[in-house]
Amino acid sequence: MTSLNSPYLRQANSVTQVMGEVLLALLPGVIVYVYIFGIGVLIQILLATLTALVCEAGMLKIRSKPLGLYLGDLSAVVTAWLIALAFPPIGPWWLVVAGTALAIVVAKHLYGGLGQNPFNPAMAAYAAMIVSFPALMSQWPGAGQLGGAAQAALIFGGERIADAITGATPLDALRTGLHAPNAQLIELMRSQAFGAFGGRGWEWVSVGFLIGGLYLLARRIITWHVPLAFAGGLVLIAAIAHLLAPLRYPDALFELTAGAAMLGAFFILTDPVSGAATPRGKLIYAGGAAILTWIIRHFGGYPDGVAFATLLMNLCVPLIDMKTQPPVFGHKKD
Amino acid sequence: MNTRLLDIVFNGVWKNNAGLVQLLGMCPVLAISTNVVNGASLGIATAVVMASSNATAAALRNLIPYEIRIPVFILIIAALVTIIDLALNAFLHPLYLVLGIFVPLIVTNCLVLARIEAFAAKNGVISSAVDGAAMGGGLVLVLSVLGGVRELLGTGALFNGIELVIPGAHPIHLLPHDYPGFLLAILPPGAFIVLGCLVAARNWSDARKAARVRPQPIRPAAELNA
Repeated sequence: MTSLNSPYLRQANSVTQVMGEVLLALLPGVIVYVYIFGIGVLIQILLATLTALVCEAGMLKIRSKPLGLYLGDLSAVVTAWLIALAFPPIGPWWLVVAGTALAIVVAKHLYGGLGQNPFNPAMAAYAAMIVSFPALMSQWPGAGQLGGAAQAALIFGGERIADAITGATPLDALRTGLHAPNAQLIELMRSQAFGAFGGRGWEWVSVGFLIGGLYLLARRIITWHVPLAFAGGLVLIAAIAHLLAPLRYPDALFELTAGAAMLGAFFILTDPVSGAATPRGKLIYAGGAAILTWIIRHFGGYPDGVAFATLLMNLCVPLIDMKTQPPVFGHKKD
Repeated sequence: MNTRLLDIVFNGVWKNNAGLVQLLGMCPVLAISTNVVNGASLGIATAVVMASSNATAAALRNLIPYEIRIPVFILIIAALVTIIDLALNAFLHPLYLVLGIFVPLIVTNCLVLARIEAFAAKNGVISSAVDGAAMGGGLVLVLSVLGGVRELLGTGALFNGIELVIPGAHPIHLLPHDYPGFLLAILPPGAFIVLGCLVAARNWSDARKAARVRPQPIRPAAELNA
C-alpha cells in the first residue's frame, strides 16, 4: 500500500490489533495449560471475560464514554485472560468474578481507564485476592488429577476438602519441603510435584507462554528489553544463589519455568500502560522485578512473587521513566 | 447568633469535614476504623476532648501569652485526654483494651490542636465548644461509615464488638453466614481504599451541587448584535 501523505512509514497498530495479537499469543500457553490441568482453566477464562466485559460496559456508561470504541479494544479481555491464568483453575466462581470486577472497576477505571492506570489491573486483582483469600487462592489441582466434571463442580459450589483435591504447586512444595529439618533439595526435586525440568506440568505451560512471547517479539508488539531483563535477572540471581547454596535454592531453569515467571516476562511486565516506556527504563524495571520476584519467592509469605514484584516496580515506573529519558537527537547527554 | 452556630455546625460536620476534606488526624481514622464500634467509640472520645478543650482554651484565650500558646494548649488537651482515658478504663474496660494506645494518642491528634489554634483562640466559649463538637461529630460520622463499610466487606456483619459497649448486644449479620469475608477491607490497605472512595463520593456530590447552581453564561456581545 502506498500513501501520498507523510508519514510514509506507518505502523498500522491500533489498540484493538495489539490486544488481539496478545490474545493470540496467549493461546499456545492456554492450550497446554488446559491439556495438562483440565477444563477448569477454560471455565475461569470464560467467567473472567464475561465479568470484564460487563464491568467495562458499566464503567464506560457511568463515565459516559463511547461504549463501542472502548469495549471493542479488547484490553479488558486481555486483563480477564491474565487474571484467569493467574488464578487457580479450580477456584470457586465468585473468586475470579470478584477479582476481575476489582481489576476493571478499581484498578483500571477509578484511575482513569485505559492508559491511565499506574498498576497492572490483573496483578492488582491477584494481589488483592491472595491477601484476602490465601487458602482458596493457593488450591491448584495436580497435573491431570481431576476430571472436567469434578473441576466444574468445584468451581460452581460444592464441598472443598483441600487436601483431597489439590496437589501442591512446585513453588509451594519447595517452600514447605525446605522447612522440614534435614531437607534435601535434590530429594525434594524427585517428588511428584516436579517434572523433567521445573515443576511437573508447569514446565510445558511455561514453554507454551514462551512460544507466544516469541511470537509477540517477532510481531514487534513488545520489545526484547523486558523479557530479556526479567529472564536474565532471574537466571542470574538464581544461578548465584544455587552456586552458593545448592541445597537451599533450586537452579535457574526451575525458577524460570515455575509459577508465573514466563507469563510475567512476556505478558504481564510488558503491559505498555503500567510498565516503563524508555528502553533503558525497561531494563531497570524488568531487572528489578526479577530480583524482587526471586526474593519474595524465597523469603516472602506468599508462594509466587511475580504479582507483588510487578506492583512494586509499577510504583517505581514514573521515577524510572523520568531518569532514563533518552536525550533528544542533536542534544548533548547531561 | 443562632444562624452563626448553625453555620459552625454545618462547617464542622460537612463543609470542612475533618476526615474527608481537611484529612487531619489520619492515624486513628485509618488504624482504628476496622469496625463501627471501634471507630465510633474513638470518634466520640475525640469529639468530647475537642468540645471541652476548645471551650477551655477559649475561656483562657486572653490569659495565655501568645508566644507559649502551643505548649499551654497541649497541656489542656493532655489533661482532658487523661480524664477520658481513665474514665474509659474504669467504665468500659474491654473497649479500652481494644482501643489501646489510640486513646492517649488523641493528645497528638493534629485535628484537636488545629481547631484550638484556628478557632478557639479567636472566638467565644460557646461557639468554640460548638465548633469542637461539630468537628468531632464530623469525625464520628466518617469513622462510623468507614468502619461500617470495612467490617461489612470484611466479615459480613455490622457492629462487631458491640458487646464491649452494650453488654448482651449482638452484631447484626447482614450477609449469609458462609460469606467468606473480604479480608483486604479489614487490613490497612482497605482503610486507604475505602477512605479514598468516601472522599471521592463527597467531592462528586459537591461537584454535582456546584454544577446545578452554576449561573447561565452571559451571552457575548457579538451574538446579541447579530
